[in-house]
Amino acid sequence: MKIGITSKGRDLDSPVDERFGRAAGFIIVELESMEYEWVDNSQTLSAPQGAGIQAAQNIAQRGVTHVITGHCGPKAFRTLAAGQIKVVVGATGTVREAIEQFRQGKLAVVTGPDKESHWA
Amino acid sequence: MIVAVASGKGGTGKTTVATSLAASSASAVQLLDCDVEEPNVHIFLRPEIRGSECVTIPVPDVEMEKCNLCRECAEICAYHAIAVLGDQVLTFQELCHGCGGCSLVCPTDAIREIPREIGTVEWGTAGGIDFVHGRLRIGEAMSPPLIRAVKKRIERSRLVIIDAPPGTSCPVIESIRGADFVLLVTEPTPFGLNDLVLAVQTVRELQIPFSVVVNRAGLGDEEVYHYCRDQGIPIDLEIPFDRRIAEAYSRGELLVEMMAEWRVAFQTLLRSIEERAIRGRALHHEVSR
Repeated sequence: MKIGITSKGRDLDSPVDERFGRAAGFIIVELESMEYEWVDNSQTLSAPQGAGIQAAQNIAQRGVTHVITGHCGPKAFRTLAAGQIKVVVGATGTVREAIEQFRQGKLAVVTGPDKESHWA
Repeated sequence: MIVAVASGKGGTGKTTVATSLAASSASAVQLLDCDVEEPNVHIFLRPEIRGSECVTIPVPDVEMEKCNLCRECAEICAYHAIAVLGDQVLTFQELCHGCGGCSLVCPTDAIREIPREIGTVEWGTAGGIDFVHGRLRIGEAMSPPLIRAVKKRIERSRLVIIDAPPGTSCPVIESIRGADFVLLVTEPTPFGLNDLVLAVQTVRELQIPFSVVVNRAGLGDEEVYHYCRDQGIPIDLEIPFDRRIAEAYSRGELLVEMMAEWRVAFQTLLRSIEERAIRGRALHHEVSR
């Protein structure tokens, strides 16, 4: 099972980035082996609009089943849903801690966005 | 001649200047309110509206039977208004700028363009003034195409005065682009100065001759004057910080109708602008020499 966590840094001990579309990047981790890779999001981060949509498309191409982040807006949510990716919000602490919270079922999958649109 | 009245900071008196300038013109004049997010010229002019049109932008509509999921549309869209995930194509119409790139690059002709309403343009007359303004649909963020629709009605045979929106971003650029002269209205306060500096940088980038109007003169400090002097920017008019002017404004009265001396002042301003525009005595020219 492969999941993506929004992260401010390149490794498992980096803090979770609470933003989705404008996160610094993503840690893509294989839960069984805990093997991970860093996906930089800096290009999307500086997009004038639609950062959530672009980030969702990028992460969908990595074959993840879940995204763990702090918050998720409506456009990112709709895009992730189209890619069959489940969204988990409310993550805090380090990426490693967020993964642990997720494993223990302390972070729930949400059925809709938890933030309003930044745009229209 | 096209004169745009802009400011950087909001609430400095753009509409006061634009309406009084139009009302002082001895020749045929057209006044365009390009602040389509919050137009207010009509409150002062009380024009008789003679016509209106709905303004739309073209947005993509995808026929999935024809789509081969190649992602070309999602890749060309700079605004992320179209996305491809799995076997779905998502469109975010409120993000679409209507450039048509997606339908152009689609190899299977699966994207047709459908109109999306962004607002209306209305036109009419008020006394001798030809009036045009745009009203952006509530909740809409895409104002530049509506501003372009307002400016399409420009009749170059007349003196054209454009009341621009505040700020220095896309709606302002769209409003002042193509103008022969820009009047920058400011107030002599730290806020006025900060935003005047930004507005000056914008107008210089566009290489349009400009000068400054100081509104609420007597308020604040001397820094706007120091800045203009140091930069060689002419101040063409000062409007004092005067309770009577504020009261007239609150009643929706034009400054030039309040006191005859203001009509003379604005006629002088108009002549000064004409001379500066013709001679190109703008600062950017002086600096580049």
